[in-house]
Amino acid sequence: MNDISQAFAKAIQLITQLDANLLEIVSLSMRVSLTSVLIASLIGLPLGAALALYKFPGRGFFVVLLNAFMGLPPVVVGLIVYLMLSRSGPLGVLGLLFTPTAMIIAQTCLITPIIAALARQTIMDANVEYHEQLRALGAKSFRIMKTLLWETKYSLLTSVFAGFGRATAEVGAVLIVGGNINHATRVMTTAIALETRKGDIELALALGIILIVISLILTTIVMNIRDAAYKYYN
Amino acid sequence: MHNVSTLPLHINHLHVTRKGNLLLCDIDYSIDTAGVTVILGPNGAGKSLLLQVAHGLVAPDEGDLKWNTLSPHPQQSWRAFVFQKPVLLRRSVRANLGYVLSLHKVEKSKHHELIEEALEQTGLAKLAERNARVLSGGEQQRLSIARAWVLKPKVILLDEPTAELDPAGTAAVECLIETIAQQDTKILMTTHDLGQARRLASDILFLHQGRLVEFSPAQNFFQQPQTEAAQKFIAGKLLNGGQKK
Repeated sequence: MNDISQAFAKAIQLITQLDANLLEIVSLSMRVSLTSVLIASLIGLPLGAALALYKFPGRGFFVVLLNAFMGLPPVVVGLIVYLMLSRSGPLGVLGLLFTPTAMIIAQTCLITPIIAALARQTIMDANVEYHEQLRALGAKSFRIMKTLLWETKYSLLTSVFAGFGRATAEVGAVLIVGGNINHATRVMTTAIALETRKGDIELALALGIILIVISLILTTIVMNIRDAAYKYYN
Repeated sequence: MHNVSTLPLHINHLHVTRKGNLLLCDIDYSIDTAGVTVILGPNGAGKSLLLQVAHGLVAPDEGDLKWNTLSPHPQQSWRAFVFQKPVLLRRSVRANLGYVLSLHKVEKSKHHELIEEALEQTGLAKLAERNARVLSGGEQQRLSIARAWVLKPKVILLDEPTAELDPAGTAAVECLIETIAQQDTKILMTTHDLGQARRLASDILFLHQGRLVEFSPAQNFFQQPQTEAAQKFIAGKLLNGGQKK
């Protein structure tokens, strides 16, 4: 018990002293996850909206696939991206394996389906209310899609944060394609896994605390934005 | 803004069938009068459906409907449609009007003037920066009419525009409809409210069970209805049956 409280005290100390090693890991984590979320949103939001609004053959199958991909195991995504990027893989010439870029690719693959599937549901619900009106106003289908994406921006923000939560929390994909290399591809989750095994509980705990705090802050921001939007509109 | 002639409205042997039910049956008529034409009839008579066909929202199964020589489709900016329950965008009153202008590719330089004019006309100038979603029902419907009016259309179609409003809201909307009709915009609207038809209509299309039962200038219709259905309806008696199977 004493060990744990000591470790906890040291972890707090690492955080308050802004330990260089700690900061490096946290900032790489943020860089990788934020970039992934940005790319996944740019793909996932229009994709989800298009799946909600456009009818084409095979749409049903595509939607099932998308929803199934929401729960993709990170290690499997990591493995597939690893195979693509490894020296003998189709994208091997790019030499991206074990770089932050590879981690961004893996996380983007992981969370694009999440953002797209949630966006699809949001846009579908909004479309029930808006469709007839927008059509009567003279909007064509692409314009309807753009309008609905804008009208539901606060709900979509929640989908984006769900993606971000998933990205920061996963270990498997970034571990496989990043390799957890010190000063290069070590992020919070992979560092926690490693340091715990090494017995360096302080650093692991400090990183764990930061992860939880980040998620608390984000949740608070999202809830506040939604509340403010709700009050504004109702 | 619009260099088209829209009248007369020709309706040629129009039929609309949904799921095996004949909802509009052989409507055949031409409207060439300006002013307010009211499509009157009990619920389920096919009034809204006829209006939707006139805006190109529903395609007829047989026959056709033409504004002079033009087949309607919703992207024509010389005609606007106002719903019973408007869906407004989650943005300011002003931005709701701007949206329609940019939708129809009206030059940016003209936006300000057109919006101000529509706000003034509809008495919404003071609410211009307010969020559209927090307006009262009557204000929302006035904005919805402003959204139609901002494009300076030659025709405005209104589907039961006051059905969800209180008397004050209804009065404001009716006043607005009269003003618009006086400015050379053709109004075609549905209602099941006899009093409203008496107040607004210059002529009446009376629909019952999907058929055009009677059409005449408003005064004639109310003083000497020709058909039994119209006589009953004016007398305030219940007409049996909704949609004809």
